[in-house]
Amino acid sequence: MKVGVVTFPGSLDDHDAARAVVAAGAQAISLWHADSDLKQVDAVILPGGFSYGDYLRCGAISRFAPVMGSVIERANSGMPLLGICNGFQILCESHLLPGALTRNEGLHFLCKPQKISIENNSTAWTNGFAENAQILIPLKNGEGSFQCDDATLTQLEGEGRVVARYLGVNPNGSRNLIAGISNARGNIVGLMPHPEHAIDSLTGPSADGLPFFTSLLTSMVGR
Amino acid sequence: MALDTVAIAEKTPNQEQPFAALGLKNDEYQRIREILGRRPSSSELAMYSVMWSEHCSYKSSKVHLKQFGEKAPHSDALLVGIGENAGVVDVGQGYAVTFKIESHNHPSFIEPYQGAATGIGGIVRDILTMGARPIAVMDPLRFGRADAPDTRRVLPGIVAGIGGYGNCLGLPNIGGEILFDETYAGNPLVNALCVGVMRHDQIKLAKASGPGNLVVLFGAKTGGDGIGGVSVLASETFGSTGPAKRPSVQVGDPFTEKVLIECSLEIFAEDLVVGIQDLGGAGLSCATSELASGGSGGMQVALDTVPLRDPSLSPEEILMSESQERMCAIVEPGKIARFLEICKKWDVTVTVIGEVTDGDRLIITWHGEVIVDVPPRTVAHEGPVYNRPFSEPAYIARANAQVLDLPMPDESEIAAAIVKLMSSPNMADKSWVTSQFDKYVQGNTIQSQPEDSGMVRIDEKTHLGVAISTDANAPWSYLNPYEGAKLALAEAARNIATAGAKPLAVTNCLNFGSPEDPGVMWQFAETVRGLADGCLEMGLPVTGGNVSFYNQTGDVAILPTPVIGVLGVIQDVRSRTPMSFDRAGIDLYLLGETFADFAGSQWAYMHEQRGGQSPQADLQREMRLIELLLECQKLFVAAHDLSQGGLAATLSEMVLRNGIGAQIQLTQDLATALFSETPGRVVVAIDPKNSVALQEMSQKYQIVLTKIGVTGGESLTINNAVISLTALGDAFMSTFPKLFG
Repeated sequence: MKVGVVTFPGSLDDHDAARAVVAAGAQAISLWHADSDLKQVDAVILPGGFSYGDYLRCGAISRFAPVMGSVIERANSGMPLLGICNGFQILCESHLLPGALTRNEGLHFLCKPQKISIENNSTAWTNGFAENAQILIPLKNGEGSFQCDDATLTQLEGEGRVVARYLGVNPNGSRNLIAGISNARGNIVGLMPHPEHAIDSLTGPSADGLPFFTSLLTSMVGR
Repeated sequence: MALDTVAIAEKTPNQEQPFAALGLKNDEYQRIREILGRRPSSSELAMYSVMWSEHCSYKSSKVHLKQFGEKAPHSDALLVGIGENAGVVDVGQGYAVTFKIESHNHPSFIEPYQGAATGIGGIVRDILTMGARPIAVMDPLRFGRADAPDTRRVLPGIVAGIGGYGNCLGLPNIGGEILFDETYAGNPLVNALCVGVMRHDQIKLAKASGPGNLVVLFGAKTGGDGIGGVSVLASETFGSTGPAKRPSVQVGDPFTEKVLIECSLEIFAEDLVVGIQDLGGAGLSCATSELASGGSGGMQVALDTVPLRDPSLSPEEILMSESQERMCAIVEPGKIARFLEICKKWDVTVTVIGEVTDGDRLIITWHGEVIVDVPPRTVAHEGPVYNRPFSEPAYIARANAQVLDLPMPDESEIAAAIVKLMSSPNMADKSWVTSQFDKYVQGNTIQSQPEDSGMVRIDEKTHLGVAISTDANAPWSYLNPYEGAKLALAEAARNIATAGAKPLAVTNCLNFGSPEDPGVMWQFAETVRGLADGCLEMGLPVTGGNVSFYNQTGDVAILPTPVIGVLGVIQDVRSRTPMSFDRAGIDLYLLGETFADFAGSQWAYMHEQRGGQSPQADLQREMRLIELLLECQKLFVAAHDLSQGGLAATLSEMVLRNGIGAQIQLTQDLATALFSETPGRVVVAIDPKNSVALQEMSQKYQIVLTKIGVTGGESLTINNAVISLTALGDAFMSTFPKLFG
């Protein structure tokens, strides 16, 4: 199976995402922001970083990159798509997911191991987790506070689209402690913390992040 | 201002020139006239003034720094030594590692965010210029008193600047230091270290050879920022009134630098450059003159082709601009098309601004008129050299004679004393700072703060890694700069070895007051002598470094602060030893003896006493300790260095790291055992079954070994004094949030 990882100018965690894909047993394909060709991948990851320097707003310029036209089109027809951190911001700016990521409540960039619970284990990216699994993966961002209007929040909660929630003290002021959400279909997931940095306890706080990537294989085989 | 050309300069020998305002002394100006056989054009004057500034020319330090070459130990590991942008070390398996520290002290006081940010940007470009992919950064920092109003201005800004720039570059921040002392008020130290990795055959040097080869400028456009930054900011003492020099501080754009890094690495991978130099301090003046000097000397540049952000800039300003995120490469004509193509892919602005020529003159034109015609070595390498007078300052005898009068808490008072020590700003938890830095990016960080050293993996298949520690003990250097330098070197090497990495090479950043003060110059001379002697004795080559003078306000100089960085190699990062234990029932041993070494200690600092005599460095013993640590590595569950705060700090940090307590039994006087800072000590944790093996090793290496306790429980218990981990942790963790929000 081929999983595309997009590199925008300013992407930082693209190699890490590719490493996680390989660790899960899939093939990582590098996709370039200026090239609309998705190279026949089965799924796409938008990695973390500061694409286009976060100018204007995080993700606001990236959504117009040539590659995003193809990504949006394929995702709308069911291709699994995971946006991590800056990738989540791009998904919101692309209107593939509702809401917005705003400046952390503490106004500082915050990097720490973060406990989260997996609230929905039926998406393409989380089906390998036990229900309400509690995991420890890195959180690292300056603009990770998830915000949306009340109606959207009710809808996300009501439809079980809150994929992951922060445990303990709210690290950034996100509404309802939301760390990740999905679209209604469950193929598109946006996640603020970084599972790709928790695939090996040698370099991360745990190996708890790996099931995000193995889940994808299960969901693709099952289709 | 009318254009001043070489032709005009020849015709108007008596025209007055503002050399003093540009930081040049009269005799320096006269020397330029001698070199050129005429008065310099205004562009030439601009170039000489920035390149002959203290910051660029090392004119006060050169005569001392040459000891690093004269006393260099034999080393098979050194691939590129002092003089290039950064030294390069062989770490095996075909990998070469380059690392260097630089200061960005003065700009960071004026404009904390941008000063610190561009400090990171500059050192990262130095590493990139060697052909290496930057893989990590570290930041040794010093500030005035933690509760001083100005510290609350500069510290948050500097931390945000380091994070804002480094995080955006995708470089893990793996360590550093943060210490406070009132002498740094008005002169905060912002040192930045970067480490990079490449294959041996990818090493690049700053040289412009091959007539006909093209001089290519790529990266950001040139603007008016940082003009005169080098000469005006880094080479002049701040008047206590604090002049408004904001426009001289460079403004960074980390996104441009990130793209420039990726673009450059792609260019290097296709072997498209003959030589390369980044544009940092002194901008194009530095890059063109150094590249030309590194080759045969001849170069012609059309300055009017330089892309500008501000079209009103004069040629002098373009030559002096320190706009960030720019590189200058020498490219063969046959390779330029591909070079331009890669720049286009990354949307990097690129311009051919000149070519390498026969002959030995650097000639710069402005719309066809010659405005610079100089022998480039006279600009880059043949600046003034000063044998500044130095003599032992009067305070040394006075301070060394002082007998310390410190409280010596007994068993009933020791718990409160330890809590107080660990909550003091110098000892308290620094995660308020380090949590603002990305330590995970690139996925190769094995260790970062608060571990003894930073460690990154450089090969995912073979598990090869490197470890780096930066250390300075300024209070010891204040009392005895010669010993202080050796002790800092020993500490940095020990911090590498506790994790299981073998020390290989040294870099340094020497932060001092004004070299025009003979007492400061003596501190500097003694420091360099100590470091050179220490490196020779320990067999560790100095690969490069940086000198920052004029860190003083009025008559008050900072404590002499030689920051020493040691790089080591570890064959298998999976085997590294962490600083703390993860389970109960493990035995704790102290390696090394403890004497009453309170001079320069944190315990003394907390009680506002600076005097006494620093410990003497015993480097033979330090080397035996390092060998023991490396040979016994497999026995250790944990190993943690003793430094500032002594055994009290080491034990507190160990129990708090994983929330597992310890019961400690000490037979020595408690205050001495816990607060003395005798160098050359390490606490190791071993499974009880390995105790015989450890004893044998301690005898083999003649290192005193003392069992001090066992792990477990929810407190740090010392004899009968009990400190709950909760109380200790609260005190340790809350200091920074309380001070800085």
